[in-house]
Amino acid sequence: MSSVGREPFPLTADEGPGQAPAPADAATAVPAGGPVPPPAATLPFRTWASIFLRLLAIQASWNYEVLLGTGIGFCTEPALRLLPGGPGGEAYRAALARHSQYFNAHPYFAAVAVGALVRAELDGIDPKRIERFRTALCGPLGSVGDRLVWAAWLPFCSLAALLAFGLGGGPLLVVGGFLLLYNAGHLALRGWALHVGLTRGLRVAAALGAPVLRFGPQWVGQAAAFVGAAALPLAVERVIGPGRALLGGVLAVVLVGTVLLARLHGRVEGWRVALGLLAAFVLYSLLR
Amino acid sequence: MISFDFLPFALLGALLGLDVVSFPQAMLSRPIVAATLAGALAGDAARGLLIGAALELFALETLPVGASRYPEWGSAAVVGGALFAASPALATGLELGAPTAELAGSMCVAVLAAVATSWVGGISMIWLRRLNGQLHRAQMPRITAGSARSVVGLQLAGAGLDLLRGFALTATALGVAAPALRAALATWASDARLSRAVVVALSGAVAAGAVWKLFHAVPRAGWLLAGGLLVGLLLLVLR
Repeated sequence: MSSVGREPFPLTADEGPGQAPAPADAATAVPAGGPVPPPAATLPFRTWASIFLRLLAIQASWNYEVLLGTGIGFCTEPALRLLPGGPGGEAYRAALARHSQYFNAHPYFAAVAVGALVRAELDGIDPKRIERFRTALCGPLGSVGDRLVWAAWLPFCSLAALLAFGLGGGPLLVVGGFLLLYNAGHLALRGWALHVGLTRGLRVAAALGAPVLRFGPQWVGQAAAFVGAAALPLAVERVIGPGRALLGGVLAVVLVGTVLLARLHGRVEGWRVALGLLAAFVLYSLLR
Repeated sequence: MISFDFLPFALLGALLGLDVVSFPQAMLSRPIVAATLAGALAGDAARGLLIGAALELFALETLPVGASRYPEWGSAAVVGGALFAASPALATGLELGAPTAELAGSMCVAVLAAVATSWVGGISMIWLRRLNGQLHRAQMPRITAGSARSVVGLQLAGAGLDLLRGFALTATALGVAAPALRAALATWASDARLSRAVVVALSGAVAAGAVWKLFHAVPRAGWLLAGGLLVGLLLLVLR
């Protein structure tokens, strides 16, 4: 809880996968491969658990003004009670105000920021330095999370569930399997992110360069491409139902639709087009 | 007369709408989960899973990346799952859980209602975010002073409003769509399998387009996509 004898480790421009902007004093930074400082304080389990549970609701007040800034303040609050003066003390109030300002990150990776900011506050690091670090952290935590979770892990799990469905899986297998698979990754990621933030503090950028985070989106994406291509014809066939008279025609329409949507990428959203066509078919079926 | 009670579905829609962004983002709100749960609540989880899979194909294109605007699938899939699972009862006035019969048009109308609800749900999320912003502005002086009560209060208010949003959305959508489905089933003129084929052709095209857009740039994408497709088609032929 004291800053005595402890040197902060700011982000540097070459640390981490997201090319974080360098803070003003980046020239004084310790290289990314340097030793990790030991934890200044081990959080009581109750505090750690409280932070972890709050992380699940970090986006509850998401808005266009501060994005998930309030959520960061909300999640750091249990640990800030450990600051000198306790809850309601000057240090507590100043830190809470600092961490409830604008912040943008992927909601799962925001745990890295929460852990690192808590660690920095408990280490007594200069508030101006903490604010610079906080600003620098926004971009990388957003881009890493979007690429790994939203654009790779979630679609992979979704396609795996569709494959299980296409292979004849029942509700329990498909839904239970999907939730177990997705949340094994989800909860492990949140736990890892909080741990990394708490143990590394302002040196957290080095951890964001871990191979899993750098190459994970590519590996998961490759698996998803294979699983997805296998799942789609099977899932389509099961939804159509018994008999295969229409399957060839449907697959041909899917192929043509795919080519059109790929060529119109960025100009139209497929689901909106599909909504219009479906509405037209419903009208036709009702009025003819 | 509507033959099922909206309240349990509206409550489920509220909980799963909350999962989309506010708490806990465990993907309980994915259509394949939400529609199956709604189907189970209506007495037929298998029908819920069937329409959930069709909606999941649509949802593959709309991932919740960053601050982008996207459809809200949690409440919407509850609407779709409830309508499709309850359609035999809606059509005949039977109690829920009665033996189901294939009903021409039920999937078409239920999917249409769900996708339309997801669109409206996405708009409702934008309104909620603006409201959260207004609440934040009102609390700004206290937050700047480091008030924990304001910070915690904003989070709780946001979650509570999101819960209400999901409840109102699901109840309203079911209130409109259930009578519409009942009326549609009485006059539907297209063949049942053709109706399903239209749904699955559209959702399949959207999903395949999404898979291409997401993964065409990964190394060896062409081989992986072609290999997966070959395996899928082989499994189709062999079973």
